Amino acid sequence: MTSPATSARTPRTKQRLGDRIFSNSALTAGTLILAILAAVAGFLVLESVPALTTDPEEIDILNGQPFWSYVAPLVFGTLWASALALAMAIPVSIGIALFISHFAPRRIAQGLGYIVDLLAAVPSVVFGLWGGNVLAPAVQPLYTWLTQNLGWFPLFAPPASGTGRTILTAAIVLAVMVLPIITALSREVFLQTPVLHEEAALALGATRWEMIRTAVLPFARPGIISASMLGLGRALGETMAVAMVLSASGGITLAVLTPSNPGTIAANIALRFPEAFGLNTNLLIATGLILFAITLVVNMIARAIINRRKEFSGAN
Amino acid sequence: MNIKRFGSIAAIAVAGTIVLSSCAANEPAANTEGNESTLSGTLVGGGASSQGTAQEAWVAAFQTEHTGVTVEYDPTGSGTGRDNFIAGGNAFTGSDRAFKDEELAKDNFAGCVPGTPIVEIPAYISPIAVIFNLEGVDSLNLDAATIAGILKGDITNWNDEAIASQNKGVELPDLAITPVHRSDESGTTENLADYLSAAAPQVWDAEVSGDWPYEGGEAAQGTSGVVDAVKNGNGTFGYADASRAGDLGTVAVQVGTEYVEYSADAAAKIVDASPLVEGRDSVDLAIELDRTSEAAGVYPIVLISYLIACSEYEDAATGELVKAYFDYVISDEGQATAAKAAGIAPISADLYEKAKAAVDSIK
Amino acid sequence: MTQLTADIRVDNPYSAGLLAKRTPWVILAGSVLVALVAFWLLSNAEGGGFNIVGALLVGALLYTVVIYVVSYLIEGSRKATDRLVTALVGGAFLLALLPLVSLVFTVVTNGSNRFDIEFFTHSMRNVVGAGGGAVHAIVGTVLMTLTAAVISVPIGLMTSIYLVEYGRGPLARAITFFVDVMTGIPSIVAGLFAYSVFAIFFGPGIKLGIAGAIALSVLMIPVVVRSSEDMLKLVPNELREAAYALGVPKWLTVVKVVLPTSIAGIMTGVMLAIARVIGETAPLLIAAGFTNNLNYNMVEGRMQSLPVMVYNQYVSQGTDPQAYLDRAWAGALTLILIVMVLNLAARIIAKVFAPKTGR
Repeated sequence: MTSPATSARTPRTKQRLGDRIFSNSALTAGTLILAILAAVAGFLVLESVPALTTDPEEIDILNGQPFWSYVAPLVFGTLWASALALAMAIPVSIGIALFISHFAPRRIAQGLGYIVDLLAAVPSVVFGLWGGNVLAPAVQPLYTWLTQNLGWFPLFAPPASGTGRTILTAAIVLAVMVLPIITALSREVFLQTPVLHEEAALALGATRWEMIRTAVLPFARPGIISASMLGLGRALGETMAVAMVLSASGGITLAVLTPSNPGTIAANIALRFPEAFGLNTNLLIATGLILFAITLVVNMIARAIINRRKEFSGAN
Repeated sequence: MNIKRFGSIAAIAVAGTIVLSSCAANEPAANTEGNESTLSGTLVGGGASSQGTAQEAWVAAFQTEHTGVTVEYDPTGSGTGRDNFIAGGNAFTGSDRAFKDEELAKDNFAGCVPGTPIVEIPAYISPIAVIFNLEGVDSLNLDAATIAGILKGDITNWNDEAIASQNKGVELPDLAITPVHRSDESGTTENLADYLSAAAPQVWDAEVSGDWPYEGGEAAQGTSGVVDAVKNGNGTFGYADASRAGDLGTVAVQVGTEYVEYSADAAAKIVDASPLVEGRDSVDLAIELDRTSEAAGVYPIVLISYLIACSEYEDAATGELVKAYFDYVISDEGQATAAKAAGIAPISADLYEKAKAAVDSIK
Repeated sequence: MTQLTADIRVDNPYSAGLLAKRTPWVILAGSVLVALVAFWLLSNAEGGGFNIVGALLVGALLYTVVIYVVSYLIEGSRKATDRLVTALVGGAFLLALLPLVSLVFTVVTNGSNRFDIEFFTHSMRNVVGAGGGAVHAIVGTVLMTLTAAVISVPIGLMTSIYLVEYGRGPLARAITFFVDVMTGIPSIVAGLFAYSVFAIFFGPGIKLGIAGAIALSVLMIPVVVRSSEDMLKLVPNELREAAYALGVPKWLTVVKVVLPTSIAGIMTGVMLAIARVIGETAPLLIAAGFTNNLNYNMVEGRMQSLPVMVYNQYVSQGTDPQAYLDRAWAGALTLILIVMVLNLAARIIAKVFAPKTGR
């Protein structure tokens, strides 16, 4: 709203050269991105078409079953693993971000932020190695205990995995991977809260938590959602770590501690791609297209939520 | 301000480059003196990751001998390797299976002269070990039906009668078996499945493919993933390239009436005992493995990975390089190098004769 | 803000309805001690190993409960909730430290075996078994990642400026739409895309460093746009309006007011984007290829990168697996160190340009 309003009110302002160059280069960058991303999307659609139009009998990976019944467990696994990961990562991330921005002494807050950023620096291959060889054996006894004592609860249905490499372990690894993303961005958003709002709340006698609840969190909500969506994007699209950690050998199930888990789309592409040839490659790309659609839907929901609360955005 | 910032980034880049710009100490300058080889250029291949370590060893030795040559091998996987070879992207490819008849019939290999046959050499032969991790037990005797039953999930406990009856005197605990299989598509799985469906068709009723056909069990990525999963668990059971079996317990497989432990010799034997695929050109050494062979001392679970090239290249210089490289790979020296580095079973003298003839035909 | 409670000086703090400053610490120490003892007894009774992580977790949980109850009884429900949240927030931080410590410990102990001079002076050319180094991979990773950053940061930043400051209408909506969709692109698809584009122009089998960089850019751009867009939106409109009121042209307002205000957040976003792509394996294997040789040339020949090398060393271990694993872990350690250095540089840059604020 800023630009039309300003220019409408001051009709005599001449277009400055700097302005024109700047706005044009911004426009160019935007168009360029649109072109690149549209090219990638177009490439995907183009490569997917052969797989979707060919008789499933001719594609080895499908093993005769129709495309949708092949994709269904993968879609479920992708959503399920990401949902578990976000359910763990979001509360913890907000906690850490608040701790750094509002609780920790100011002198050490910077250092603490750096420590969490360190997690973002760990490449996914290393997460895969760590998840499979350190985390999984460490949590396996806990899984066995849970299936034995809380097996009636659908999530903890037996049998327990003998190696601990279940979808829950994969979700923990994903949670650790998206944690720094959500934390770093929420922290920046929290730090942008107008100090006046905070001081006003404190002046009214609010405790620190009440100040955060009334001043910081409402202001930061769109930012948190946006950060979570970036995290979700990472979780949905994560390939190598999931491929190395998850024991993907089953279909759709809610049980998170068994050895038979549904795979995820991205990991499945990584696992099948090396040996794929001909139409199989197209099929894998088609599953990538499905992941696109999922991401799109999730993002649209997030945008809708953010737009409902637009009044808190600074640039509205 | 933007300029300043990107300036800083560029400065970091420059600084980083300077820090790293000292050449690699082990890489010679382009024209090393005293180089007797006349070969030079870059040879690009790619394919099966199973051959990765062996190719590394071959490439290292070959480049040491011919200092002007650089050989690149992308371990991207057999499927992509074959597709790339057909498209002409790779001069040669490593593949866990030979081309099928219908693929050869299309005759659409971009890098080869049309109408000329494809050279396929089984240069990488490696036994697949059936491995397990069970405290106090180093070796077990099992027949194909039991192995299939365990991997399929039909036999679920270590003290099952099927296992115990074949292993008198071994103390088997009351412990659940955790079968581990490959989660990625692989030649290792395909060869194991091929063996099990040939030797125990009543148990292994699925179609043979590189994908694991059954639901359930643990799945792990790649040989390393399976080995790690078996190692980290207790009561785990899986299969992997024999060179990676390490300290894990291994299964002696029943052949005829004997139980045979895996070994390079035993693996090479089954290749000799098996016929070539019929109807192929003389330079195409695709092998039809006889998994049910009962010849003495044969270890039937073997992975054969092929080296594939054109017999006549559109580009003669490439042909020369491929010929020299393949010639080294199949030589005694080349096979011994890979046996040391990757634990392969060297090809027999008989197979070498055929392979040599095939390599000599490359131009 | 801690001084709010601390500055109230009363002879007997309990009479003022407040916990003494040291009381929470005493409760914390007590809870952890109780948990440690309980776990020690349990491990003795069952003969299992002593689970220190479990003990600390239970101790933290115990503290959370006790502090809430104590505070509720003495200070009332509002203060109690405040203390509960403080405990939870601190706990969240400690919880996040667990995997971090475990990861760093694993990588450093395993990586230090081969973290030697040979590792940084040798490539893998003609190396079989033990020895060799990662110069080629380090050079490749640094070059490709920085090229990707040089491509994506300006484009991404300008796009987010367009979206926040200029863009209205169908073009902006289309950009937002595609950026959203692209955040979830499987990395391998980005690699395939870059490879296919180059294969169209240079024939099949082409593998170049620049192709790898472009694959990484495709992955980076959405992250940069998305995060900087959020940060630019947070800049209060009052600042922009104040600048306009002083007659500052719009582009100077953006450059001198909006960007510096949000520079810390933008740099954080850029670093996240770099950290996201620097560890990518699959797209680089497809687009930039695999090689054991050193290559400085982005536009000729294949280029190795650290993640590809680490992955490959893990996947195809020879008959001497320890040598391969050592190289893999040393490579992972190097990769983390590179990101740390980049991160530090980004923070310094952000600090130089950021306006001085109260925080």
